[in-house]
Amino acid sequence: MSEAAPTDMNEVRGRGRPKSRVLQASWDVFARTALLGCACFSILITALIIGILAYETSRFLAEVSVVDFLTGLEWNPLLGEEKHFGIWPLIAGTLLVTLVAAIFALPIGLVTAIFLSEYAPARLRSVLKPVLEVLAGIPTVVYGFFAVIVITPSLQWLGKLVSGEAVFGPYSAASAGIAVGIMILPIVTSLSEDAIRAVPKGLRDGAYALGSTRFDASAKVVVPAALSGIMASYLLAITRAVGETMIVALAAGGLAQLTILPWEQVQTMTAYMVQIFLGDAPATGVEFKSSFAVAGILFLMTFLLTFTGYRILARFREEYE
Amino acid sequence: MTSSTPSDPSVPSAENSAAVSIPSPPADGVTSELCIRCRNLDGWYGDFQALHGIDLDIPENRVTAFIGPSGCGKSTLLRWFNRMNDTIPTARATGELHLHGRDLLDPKCDVVDLRRRVGMVFQKPNPFPKSIFDNVACGPRLHRRYSRGDLEALVEQSLRRASIWDEVKDRLGQSALGLSGGQQQRLCIARAIAIGPEVLLMDEPCSALDPRSTSAIEELIRHLRDQYTIVIVTHNMQQAARVSDRTAFFYNGALVETDRTERIFTNPTHRETEDYVSGRFG
Amino acid sequence: MSQPPGQHLDFRELVERGEPRQIAKRVRLDRGFYLMCMAITMIAVIALLVLLGSILINGIPGLSWSFVTNFTSRDPGKAGILAPLAGSIWISAICAVVALPVGVATALYLEEFAARNRFTNLLRLNISNLAGVPSIVYGILGLTLFVRMFGLAGTTQDPALEIGGETYAMYYDVTGEPLRVPVENRSVTPTLETGTIAYMQRVLDGPDGELIFTDHWEPIPLTIVEDSANAPLANGVIPAVDAGLPVDYEVEKPWYYVQFPFGQTVLAGGLTLMLVVLPIVIISSQEAIRSVPGSLRSGSFAMGATRLQTVSRVTLPASIPMIMTGAILAMSRAIGEAAPILVLGVALFITDVPQTLMDPFTVLPMQIYNWSARFQPEFRALAASGIIVLLFVLLAFNAIAITIRQRFSRPLQ
Repeated sequence: MSEAAPTDMNEVRGRGRPKSRVLQASWDVFARTALLGCACFSILITALIIGILAYETSRFLAEVSVVDFLTGLEWNPLLGEEKHFGIWPLIAGTLLVTLVAAIFALPIGLVTAIFLSEYAPARLRSVLKPVLEVLAGIPTVVYGFFAVIVITPSLQWLGKLVSGEAVFGPYSAASAGIAVGIMILPIVTSLSEDAIRAVPKGLRDGAYALGSTRFDASAKVVVPAALSGIMASYLLAITRAVGETMIVALAAGGLAQLTILPWEQVQTMTAYMVQIFLGDAPATGVEFKSSFAVAGILFLMTFLLTFTGYRILARFREEYE
Repeated sequence: MTSSTPSDPSVPSAENSAAVSIPSPPADGVTSELCIRCRNLDGWYGDFQALHGIDLDIPENRVTAFIGPSGCGKSTLLRWFNRMNDTIPTARATGELHLHGRDLLDPKCDVVDLRRRVGMVFQKPNPFPKSIFDNVACGPRLHRRYSRGDLEALVEQSLRRASIWDEVKDRLGQSALGLSGGQQQRLCIARAIAIGPEVLLMDEPCSALDPRSTSAIEELIRHLRDQYTIVIVTHNMQQAARVSDRTAFFYNGALVETDRTERIFTNPTHRETEDYVSGRFG
Repeated sequence: MSQPPGQHLDFRELVERGEPRQIAKRVRLDRGFYLMCMAITMIAVIALLVLLGSILINGIPGLSWSFVTNFTSRDPGKAGILAPLAGSIWISAICAVVALPVGVATALYLEEFAARNRFTNLLRLNISNLAGVPSIVYGILGLTLFVRMFGLAGTTQDPALEIGGETYAMYYDVTGEPLRVPVENRSVTPTLETGTIAYMQRVLDGPDGELIFTDHWEPIPLTIVEDSANAPLANGVIPAVDAGLPVDYEVEKPWYYVQFPFGQTVLAGGLTLMLVVLPIVIISSQEAIRSVPGSLRSGSFAMGATRLQTVSRVTLPASIPMIMTGAILAMSRAIGEAAPILVLGVALFITDVPQTLMDPFTVLPMQIYNWSARFQPEFRALAASGIIVLLFVLLAFNAIAITIRQRFSRPLQ
């Protein structure tokens, strides 16, 4: 029995109908090509975005001089006799809202990330992580509503309490900025926490073995080691803040002005686009085309931010692989 | 600083137990005081018992080697000596563990002060992603405020003691990650020395290194032996034979036997020890 | 290498030259930092509680079954959310159907097939960058690509190509009944004469004396009268002055009806959202595939399996739960997006549930935005109620994701 087994086994194996190696190989090639086609779709998307924005921007720049557009300090395309298309008030508005959001979210996010990865006991972590996940999953229009219904009235009340005057109107960069900050907080936290967790355990062990307290180990070894990853998380979060639309459309206001006062209303690039696409600016008018040019600038800004962020992140990952 | 630690009253008892528990005098004939005393120590990771009733004495200013097959508990025991197991939430231990009379299993034991006195070198070199100078300086900076000159002198002396000064003296400002594996490990030893510990724990310090770096580290251990109490965990029995004065053999979480190194390798009492050192398993 | 005697003492002395930092102080600092961390971390928790609290307080009173089943209205008391709710479900379904295969295929290519070369690097970089593009920019792409198709194929109102639809010109007769006359396409004006067959909607008497409009259209011969003032008041009678241009065109859309360009339709909306979530689906699928242990692949290759066999029988099945989890989370992102839909220029006042891919639509976040942007408290309360419905939908999505993760992720871990 035991001697006959091997021949039997070979015989049984031989009974199967052989599969064609050539056929299998050609299926492989076919699958590879089909998947490559899908992968190329993402490149097509980028190409189309760049193409459309470039084409429409060039049509806009045929009517408005590029110097006026890129250096002008007045943005006033809809009202009044003379239209002004200087992009800077929109950029300033975007940056102001982003700045408020960053001041709110970046330190809090980092501290929360340190707390979650270095300090928090497992039970507290199991409460905090879902809270952050829920915050991350809330649609931005909800944050916009929150800004309108809670943050703006609170700021108005606070402003009155401090200065005795109504400094905050119904729209303000601060209100939108805080809402955007709450929105990007989970992004900063989770990406920074990933970066901090990616620091090899050996470095922590090394720090503790030297007699570090947890604070020493975090502040002098772990966080410096994760710094580039944390910077990348900051950049990616700021990208989200720059491109955020619904919150600023609801809470930041509609007046494009150059200001650094957070209680003033500002118009961001995205809010202007909302105004154009929602309003009834004629689709052939120069105002309509201007929104494509603004989108082009916005795309460039976010592209640079994401690109830098991912470059830093890639370097960070290389360090610890 | 030293006087603030509660170790002084219990020193005599430690000496007494040293006299009792080390049956034969150390190889060089010089009697040595007891450094670490371990009685009926059980250690767990969660529900898994990693250490079973360890009774062990480690003499001062000697090299003690822990040998045994993988997973036999030797690293676990080592990590109790400076409470590194605190970083593993499920780790716990019962029994008696004293270092110079200080109770290491006392929840109130000041681990920061303990680790200042017990340096550790790990299996994989783990230099911080900082400059070579900062790697050595960061430990002293944690515990004391130094003048610039003192700190530089301390870093130099530490690097000299770790036999790496000549190789790095011209590039102290460069990243430590640019060093070779063997250099990194010696840098880690310098880093551990720089805080002025009494005990050096080495957890398989050569297992990730090439033979040349290994012999450099072994040479270094021989240099450090009379100034530090060194406990080294190793897989490599020849290494244990070369560098250690005393050897402890662990098997399945239990201490099988401990004795002078030459006796363990030439005339062990237990069958398992003989099988292990002669390469029949492990 | 040998050390001069006495250096040992020098070294200790050197170490002790520094002024010691008190351990108690350092431990206090550590403790203080811990408490500060805890307090700061609570900001996130408080923000979430206040957010949910404010929405519940504002939204709960307006929540009722009729809110979910009514269409929107200029009267806040009657306004409901049925059309946006249906629209959201429609377009997230379309979005899923397109984004999932394309995204998973791209991830499979990148993780399993792609060689390590410059093109692959470009592909990866490109996907990372797409993930950072603001959603409103995707709206612009969707508007140009799907809604208008670059203006190359007619306009949204008069599409160049229609497949499967029957177009009717609409007229009203003297009794005010709508009548339809079949035409080739929307640029044709039919000539109405006495005797031309038109179609009139059959109306039934309901149980409470109300009228029920059916989907059935009955033929009726037209009578064109010159003198509109003395025209007999009967069905099918049309004054000559009204028999010129039709009041409107109506397209009877079977389920397979397609028009080019798509216009502001469900399909265009779904595809636009697909653009938004595609990078997210790709990245999460990549992570899912990467998490399959390499040993499984090696085992498969060691048996002589081809790459395709390995992918289709080992890697993909093993990573499906994680892929699905990621995909559902991407879909919940899609459901919450308002900006790209807003750019498409969809009508806000929709009083029909979309029936086909070519029907107009709106989505929950758009409706919420519209209500939030008004100053009247009644509308803001509606917005809060709408948000509760939206969050409920998201909750359902996440519940599904968690179920999948828990049900299927066990065997591999």
